Formats: sequence, structure tokens, C-alpha cells
Amino acid sequence: MPKVKAKRKSTWVDMTAMCDMAFLLLTFFMLTSNFTVKEPIQVDTPSSISEIKIPETNIMKIVVDKEGKIFFGIDGQDKRISLLEKVGELYKINFTTEEKHQFSLVNSFGIPIEKMKAFLALSSSDRDLKENAFGIPGDSLNNQFKDWIQAARKVNTELKIAIKADRKTPYPKIKNVMNTLQELDENRYNLITSLEEAPDKL
Amino acid sequence: MAELNTEGKGGKKKGKSKKVSTRVDLTPMVDLAFLLITFFMLTTSMLKPQTMEISMPSRDKVEEKDQTKVNAGKAITIILGKNDTVFYYFGTRSKENIDPKVEVTTFAADGIRKVLLMRNAEVMNKVNELKNLKAKKSIKDEDYKKQFSEAKANKAAPVILIKATDDASYKNLVDILDEMQICNIGRYAIVDITAYDLELVKKINI
Repeated sequence: MPKVKAKRKSTWVDMTAMCDMAFLLLTFFMLTSNFTVKEPIQVDTPSSISEIKIPETNIMKIVVDKEGKIFFGIDGQDKRISLLEKVGELYKINFTTEEKHQFSLVNSFGIPIEKMKAFLALSSSDRDLKENAFGIPGDSLNNQFKDWIQAARKVNTELKIAIKADRKTPYPKIKNVMNTLQELDENRYNLITSLEEAPDKL
Repeated sequence: MAELNTEGKGGKKKGKSKKVSTRVDLTPMVDLAFLLITFFMLTTSMLKPQTMEISMPSRDKVEEKDQTKVNAGKAITIILGKNDTVFYYFGTRSKENIDPKVEVTTFAADGIRKVLLMRNAEVMNKVNELKNLKAKKSIKDEDYKKQFSEAKANKAAPVILIKATDDASYKNLVDILDEMQICNIGRYAIVDITAYDLELVKKINI
């Protein structure tokens, strides 16, 4: 048997092109996408064929999870500070400048106003814990939710309302939210949904 | 593996001709680039969430005479029940106090959509015509939009009243609003469920 000694050949591949392509992809992703905002709870929205995109600015987000807890948020850090001041006046709570600053960094929150100071004192990782997701009270006896919306409307008159609810949220909770909005004469709003393909054969 | 190779040109310097070849290994650069891509792919989102626009009637009390009475012949009432069931009936209680016949269906394509398509056939045909014209580019965009809204506002089209029981979920509401859009229903309203409707639904369950 002839001894076949396999010759070792070094393969040298020029990876410059690969590197260029990687950086091009990276630049594309950096320029075209936006960072996803961290929300207090994960919501699984139902799908719909509607293709209207959510507006980027001046939105008031109302998130309702599957148990019916309400979370609220608006965009714009300075607007959030004025919002907190207005609601603080209503409930006779004074917030320090540091607390207002912390509030302006929070995207959306679901805390009754009594627990707000304690919430703002927590670190940002603690705030996201499930135990702290109380939800803003929205029942007729204690409708803090209505006060937040009214204050938000005063802070920014161009705000558009977007409701993001879980597909398993029971209808009475949504009806409650919609009734509160109707009482405040907010009759135009958007429901955030995920994309579904339109049926082609009708 | 990844290398950058520069070969020095000889003979430029006086006297000494040095050949300098620098080999730069670019493998970590490629690793870094892919790590960054992975980071951005995971933390950002290119898909902007979609919305459905709704407008509700205002709370102000409307005068009885100003309120447009829904023509009983064209009204369809859809009641959302639990476990994704849909009840519907045509018209309202007749003068002889005979209850309208309540049917049960689901959200599947052969369910409520079939019923609505049949009832809205006239508008659907007109809209399909318009869509064909638009695909062939025979009409302009503004004309398409105008004719589309005119077709939907057809006086003979059915008016849908959507009522949800407390057992319905949010998904049911979004699905029925979706069906409104798919079937090109021009006029629909989300109204509160009445005790009469609840009774009708209860009778079916027995």
C-alpha cells in the first residue's frame, strides 16, 4: 500500500469583502430601526388587517393587560414632568425635582398615585418587577385614570390616544376604558393591533 | 484568516531599500461587526405597530327627533358571546312582538363573514370593480378614494349594531371590527347590550 502523505495546504481566504458587508448591514440596521421601548408588561395584541401605522409623536399610550390592569404613558420628557405636576396638584402631593426627573424617564407606568413616590424611589430594574405592576385604578369609585387623561390632554392638546390591549382582556375592562374616554369626550382613538394578511378570496 | 497585506515599495528611500510587509489580521474586526449586528437585531424593531382607528359617538344627549332611526329592514345586530361565538339577527323586534330569529356562528371565514358578504353584496361588487380599475390604473387615486367612500355610504347598505356581552374578549371586538373592514361595511356602531338581547342569547343556549 503506497503511503499517501496528505500534503498540508494552508487555505487563505480574503475576508475583506465579508467585513465590508457586515459593516454595511450594521449601518443599515442602525439607521433604519428604532429601539423598542421597554414596557411594564408584555401584551399580546390581537391581529387585524388594518395597515395604518401608529403616529410617532404625540401619542398617549393606554396599555391594558389580560387582567384588566391599566398602564399609561405619554411621550416627551418635559410633557411628562408637567403631567406629573398637574396630577400632583390634584391629589395634593408635592414631587421633588429629582422625582420629577425620574418620572420623565419612565415610559409607561401603572401605579396608583398614592404609591407613586415609593415607585419613583425604586431603581429602574426594580420598577419592572411584576409585584409593582398594580395598574392605575379606573373604576367609578376611584377613577385616577380619568384624571391622568384629563391632565395629559391639558398638557398636550394634540395628543392622539392609542389603546393597546391583550387579546384575552375581558370586554368589560375595555368597555370601562372606552366609557371613561367617552365621558371625557375623547371619541377618536386607535387600537394597536398586529398585522394580519387580508383574505384574498372573498 | 482575514488579513490585510501591504507590500512596501522598494527603492523610494535613498540608499536603503527596505521591503516592509505588514500583515494585519482582521478576524476580530469581523467578529466585532457581527456582534454589533446581533445586538442591533435583537434590541431594535423595524416593524412599527399597526392601529385601527375608531370614532365613537359623543355622550351628549341627542334629541329624539334628530336621532336617525335605524331602518329595521337593514339593521343587523351582532352580539359577541363567550368562547368566540357570534350571535346575529336581522332587524328588530317586529310589531307583533315576534322575536327575530337568532343565528349562531363563529369568526371563521365561513361564519359571520359569509353572512355579511351576502348582505352587502352590492357594495362588495362595486368595491371589487373599483379595485380592479385601480390595479389596471384606469382611475386616479383621488377618484378611487372618492368613489370608494361613496360606494360604502350607499343608502341601501346594511347598518350593523355591535353589542358585546360581558363574556366576550377584546380579541372578539377587534375581530368584528376587522370583519367590518373586510366586508366594506359603511355604517356600524358599538352600542351597549340591552336586557332584551341578553334574553335572546340566553334562549339560544338552553
